Amino acid sequence: MSDKIIQITEMNKWFGDFQVLKNINLEVEKNKKIVVCGPSGSGKSTLIRCINRLEEHQQGSIIVDGNELTEDTKDIEKIRAEVGMVFQQFNLFPHLSILDNCTLAPIWVKKMPKKEAEDLALQHLEKVQIADQANKYPGQLSGGQQQRCAIARALCMEPKIMLFDEPTSALDPEMIKEVLDAMVNLAKAGMTMIVVTHEMGFAKEVADEVIFMDEGMIVERAETKEFFANPKSDRTKLFLSQIL
Amino acid sequence: MNKLNFLQPDKNNLNTYLYTGVVLVALSIFIVFLNSFFNKDIISFLPGSISFFLPLILGFIGLHLIRIDYSGLKFLDSINKNINTNNFNAFLSLLIIFVVIKSLPPLLSWFILDANIAGDSKDVCTGSGACWTYIKIWFNRFMYGMYPNAEQWRINLSFIALAFLGTIGFFATEKFKKYLTLYYVVVYPVIAFFFIFFFISGGPIFFDFSYGIIAAVISVIIGFFIPSKFKMYYFIIVPITLYILLKYVFFYEELIELGKLEALEWVETGAWGGLSLTFIVSFFCLIFCFPIGLFLSLGRRSDFPIIKYFSIGMIEFWRGVPLITVLFMSSVMFPMFLPEDMFIDKLVRVIIAISLFEAAYVAEVIRGGLQALPRGQYDAAKSLGMGYWKMHILVILPQALKLVIPGIANTFLALVKDTPLIFVVGLLEIVGMLNLAKTNPEWLGFAMEGYVFASVLFFIICYAMSKYSYNLEQKYKTER
Repeated sequence: MSDKIIQITEMNKWFGDFQVLKNINLEVEKNKKIVVCGPSGSGKSTLIRCINRLEEHQQGSIIVDGNELTEDTKDIEKIRAEVGMVFQQFNLFPHLSILDNCTLAPIWVKKMPKKEAEDLALQHLEKVQIADQANKYPGQLSGGQQQRCAIARALCMEPKIMLFDEPTSALDPEMIKEVLDAMVNLAKAGMTMIVVTHEMGFAKEVADEVIFMDEGMIVERAETKEFFANPKSDRTKLFLSQIL
Repeated sequence: MNKLNFLQPDKNNLNTYLYTGVVLVALSIFIVFLNSFFNKDIISFLPGSISFFLPLILGFIGLHLIRIDYSGLKFLDSINKNINTNNFNAFLSLLIIFVVIKSLPPLLSWFILDANIAGDSKDVCTGSGACWTYIKIWFNRFMYGMYPNAEQWRINLSFIALAFLGTIGFFATEKFKKYLTLYYVVVYPVIAFFFIFFFISGGPIFFDFSYGIIAAVISVIIGFFIPSKFKMYYFIIVPITLYILLKYVFFYEELIELGKLEALEWVETGAWGGLSLTFIVSFFCLIFCFPIGLFLSLGRRSDFPIIKYFSIGMIEFWRGVPLITVLFMSSVMFPMFLPEDMFIDKLVRVIIAISLFEAAYVAEVIRGGLQALPRGQYDAAKSLGMGYWKMHILVILPQALKLVIPGIANTFLALVKDTPLIFVVGLLEIVGMLNLAKTNPEWLGFAMEGYVFASVLFFIICYAMSKYSYNLEQKYKTER
């Protein structure tokens, strides 16, 4: 299995009677940046939520870093600690300061000493350029700052994979740039990333591959240049013509 | 001079309107004041209904005249903004002012002017006001119930000690701050329990208590010098060893036999009462019902069917029965199910019953807070690798509990005011003692004073609690 860090085979998922994901096969190699795009309701978010089992899949298998996702919660917690996730709605913990948001999981999940965790957190906050806000509460920050803090929080667990679930969709156009900058820097540092986004500029800049999803299926998967230059399926062409 | 239009006061003739208005309002208040305090009706020459409504009409017109927007006078503007925004509000404000003026004299005379407090028998109460002598004479009983007078220092000492221990949080240094939660949630209730059930209750069992305290204190002191690697074992082994040594080897019991030390006299819980019992019952019920309610609320949201349905069953059962029947059952039915030789104290049974009863309410309040949290908080906590307990303790509960502080305070206030119901099992806390004193042949006819006294006490307790809960709310407010 070598450098395949995520392997999804024949995965199906239903919400009640409604099948959201149909026969998904996906392999992601280490250090690859993958952008997932598609119309809303196509199952993009559900797909990456399945990767750290915020949603359960009913059929098929998902193997993350050599561990298969099963009912066993101990394993899931271990995998989740290795997979960072950034949400559309930031989901910072409003009762904790920015610094505490970042140190909470390292201290309690990874049992890191407090001093060490704070140094690490400040280091990551510095990378996303909000170290000066460390003692404020999330409610006092702008959306863009909150989202960058959320990225720093995920990084503090030193994950092997980062999942981004439409990280810029809830932001003002001006703030989108600062968040995307942080993500580009992260990509250049060599992180494995799966990004659900509508920011095609970001996809062109950093993505190795682009996946297009529609109605719960992976319609097309191609190298970035190839994907934008000559998309194969008609559905992709239609989508690209509308979005670009 | 501009034209005066009394229907629409404006800024141009500010002074004219202002003086007329103020005179009218002052006149109306003066009439009511005279009528109320000196019983003089200076407008009695007018026909009945007009003389009754005249102050209201005068004041109403006066307020209308001084209702001038942006007059430039700070005081006038603030009056207009607060009590005089429109005709209806002006009317209500006047009415409230008049009712207050009207009701002050009778209240004052009953509470203070015509009341008696001197002397020590019923005979001194000759005035038409309250007889505070009654409260004075019975004060001791209202506070301590039937607890023997000579032993009441034990209650005082316990309460003072507990109050002192309760304030430790304010003095703790940074180093000990992180242990405070543990202290208040676990250590403090245990100490309180020991105090109440060994010290106030007394009897030979008190010595077990003192051995325990001595063993604990000594081991904590030595504990500071033990390397942290061995602390775990140390704190299990040493206190127990010390306790056994003290109990079986050292000479306490010999001292008792020699008559050098006397055991504390045993006071059965049936003799406890008054305000101190109110405190004891409320305190323990508050302490116990909160964690039980917390677990029930988490249980109700659990994925495991057994836990879930057990929690639902508990909550719905306790919410579905009246407290008075629960208390009755606890005292009459419950002992029947116990083995012959087993005995659980009445007070303990009552505390358990009330705790379970209120826990059901607390559970639903907390569940409300849990429901209110967005799903994203759960997702974020999970995605950072937290398990169920870490997620709840670090992320979910701090937020949910903060949300439900008002609801919890509500439940707790209700609990404190429910405690008088324990009279059904023969425990007489303050209201119970009042009822007892009321029927004393020597002191018949002073029910009013007693109930006023109890209401004031309850109001002080409840108001303090509600203030405290409000402070907590402010303290944990972090959003925006």
